[in-house]
Amino acid sequence: MQEIQSLIGGFAVALSWFNLMLMLAGIILGVIIGVLPGLGGANGVAILLPLTFTMAQQPGGATSAIILLSCIYWGALFGGAITSILFNIPGEPWSVATTFDGYPLGQKGRAGAALTAAFTSSFVGALVAVLLVTFLSPVVARFALRFGPPEFFSVYLLTFCAFVGMSKGAPWKTIASMMLGFALAAVGIDTVTGQLRMTFGFTELLKGFDFLIAVIGLFGIGEILLTIEEGLEFKGAHARLDMRVVLDTWKELPKYWKTSLRSSAVGCMMGIVPGGATPASFMSYGLAKKMSPDGEKFGTGMVEGVVAPETAAHAAGTSALLPMLTLGVPGSPTAAVLLGGLMIWGLQPGPLLFVEKPDFVWGLIASMYLGNIAGLIIVLTCVPLFAAILRVPFAIIAPVILVICAIGAYTVHSSMFDVWLMLVFGVMGYIFKKLDYPLAPLVLALVLGDRAEDSFRQSMLMSQGEVSIFFANSLVGTITVLALILLFWPVLSRGIDLLRGRTSSGKE
Amino acid sequence: MDAQNQERAVGSVRAWEIAVGAIFLAFGALVVWDSQRLGAKWASDGPQAGYFPFYIGCFIMIASAANLIQVLMSGAALRKAFVEWGQLRMILVVMVPSAIYVFLIANPWLSLGIYVASAIFIAFFMRYLAKYSWPKIMAVSLGTMLAFFVMFEIWFSTPLPKGPLETLLGFN
Repeated sequence: MQEIQSLIGGFAVALSWFNLMLMLAGIILGVIIGVLPGLGGANGVAILLPLTFTMAQQPGGATSAIILLSCIYWGALFGGAITSILFNIPGEPWSVATTFDGYPLGQKGRAGAALTAAFTSSFVGALVAVLLVTFLSPVVARFALRFGPPEFFSVYLLTFCAFVGMSKGAPWKTIASMMLGFALAAVGIDTVTGQLRMTFGFTELLKGFDFLIAVIGLFGIGEILLTIEEGLEFKGAHARLDMRVVLDTWKELPKYWKTSLRSSAVGCMMGIVPGGATPASFMSYGLAKKMSPDGEKFGTGMVEGVVAPETAAHAAGTSALLPMLTLGVPGSPTAAVLLGGLMIWGLQPGPLLFVEKPDFVWGLIASMYLGNIAGLIIVLTCVPLFAAILRVPFAIIAPVILVICAIGAYTVHSSMFDVWLMLVFGVMGYIFKKLDYPLAPLVLALVLGDRAEDSFRQSMLMSQGEVSIFFANSLVGTITVLALILLFWPVLSRGIDLLRGRTSSGKE
Repeated sequence: MDAQNQERAVGSVRAWEIAVGAIFLAFGALVVWDSQRLGAKWASDGPQAGYFPFYIGCFIMIASAANLIQVLMSGAALRKAFVEWGQLRMILVVMVPSAIYVFLIANPWLSLGIYVASAIFIAFFMRYLAKYSWPKIMAVSLGTMLAFFVMFEIWFSTPLPKGPLETLLGFN
């Protein structure tokens, strides 16, 4: 039970006044970010990341910085539910499935019950995922200590193949957007040979494309443009949460333990294998609809229909940190931004982190417990306050968000070129979203590009250019084969169906 | 109503798909070309600088070609409007002032700095989109900027671009 001991050490780190204060600030900021259109987990964290540069320089500062940023992430996960239920506007993509039953509940005058169910099940999902992170990540990290460059490259391959195979959209679009991310990551000075790549004589391109700028532009500006296009008018149920409603709903919730358990499992799985919170929430809603005795009534305002997606989304969002910490492979765009943060602060994500910086890792894990408890209390008590933010007219909120994005982009490198770049990425994000080019693989590739290339090059050096090194031993071979299976999963599953003769009975 | 919408559409989804696919294809070709220039082969000391990007460029070209073929083969489903004129107008109402805003922050002629430019930017939106009264506009835009100034320059000591007004007030 070494984990328990380490965790207690982590609580000792996280329970300082300064860290607790950051935790509260992070959660509150996160909920606000989650509620506002155009600001979400990924770009909220990206905008605030530069402000932690100085904080992370102090001793123990990196832990405080990650606590602040991860709590923003938890807050954003909570916040998405508020707008879905009260205004039928999903503040975050992973809360889209929450609108299906959450908004009808609100219309029926049971907004309080829906909110309580959403927050509580978010908390349950997160708790299951944090327990998983606590006990599984040391095991994975210890295992991964044996990894060499070929193994790491095959893990990256697995991540990216999972994106292609698991995504609902067109696979070629996923590949195109992912490869664009890799190409943009390669721009600038090549770290090994010192040659300039794809700069074409522009001095601004020497330092390459920073993923933070891309995230702020693609997710922030792009999202604002999409919101504006739909024309903004917030009409929503008034939010009041009194203790009676909360307690009544809590009495009702244990009925849905099966749904909770299933949704947590779905969420954890989708978070670790990079699928992300959004598909997890849809999948879990679909499963609950199929398996619940009240499945027919889903969509008309069932509490169970809120429990399922919220549990899964929060479980996926939280467990996405497991591969990030242990392997250096983020499971979601927000986790990718956090990973980028670690690298900027001078920490090397990966298995060695558990050996070299136990304070950091366990402080973060302990803060995940505390942050989610604090988050639950804050959102349950402050819903009316957060809902009031959405009543601020759009003509004020939109320019303020744009100004915040611009400041965020500037502070990354103190460069105006980055602010222009942010606008370009914004237009790009808008067009990509409209044409169903997924943005998450682009961001992940941009963050991981250099690391993936390094491990590829080192592997190639080891084998003198033979690709067979990725099948050289049972460990790397298994991961590579798994990656290929995931890549061709849509084709394979269709093949399996064909073999079973299912296509004859039900053609789509 | 439908016919009217069709008329006001700015390009079909199909046209935009083709345009974006073509840009991807060109970009992939550019990556491949640049990697070739650097050398995408095997040197005496290991892979050259263009080794990895070369394959990335190839993948971009293959993927965009596949996308283009899919679009060209598809039928009427993609003929729907990409964006309607009214929507595009709203987007331009945001993007054009945003570009002017970024230009005002810093340019070779008259850089206003981020605080003054932001105040003007917020004021413009409030006036243009919602016709607020000037006292309200002043309160919101100046108040926000004052809050940001205190936050960034004093709390986080992260200097942002400043202009003549800040110099006049003695901040640098």
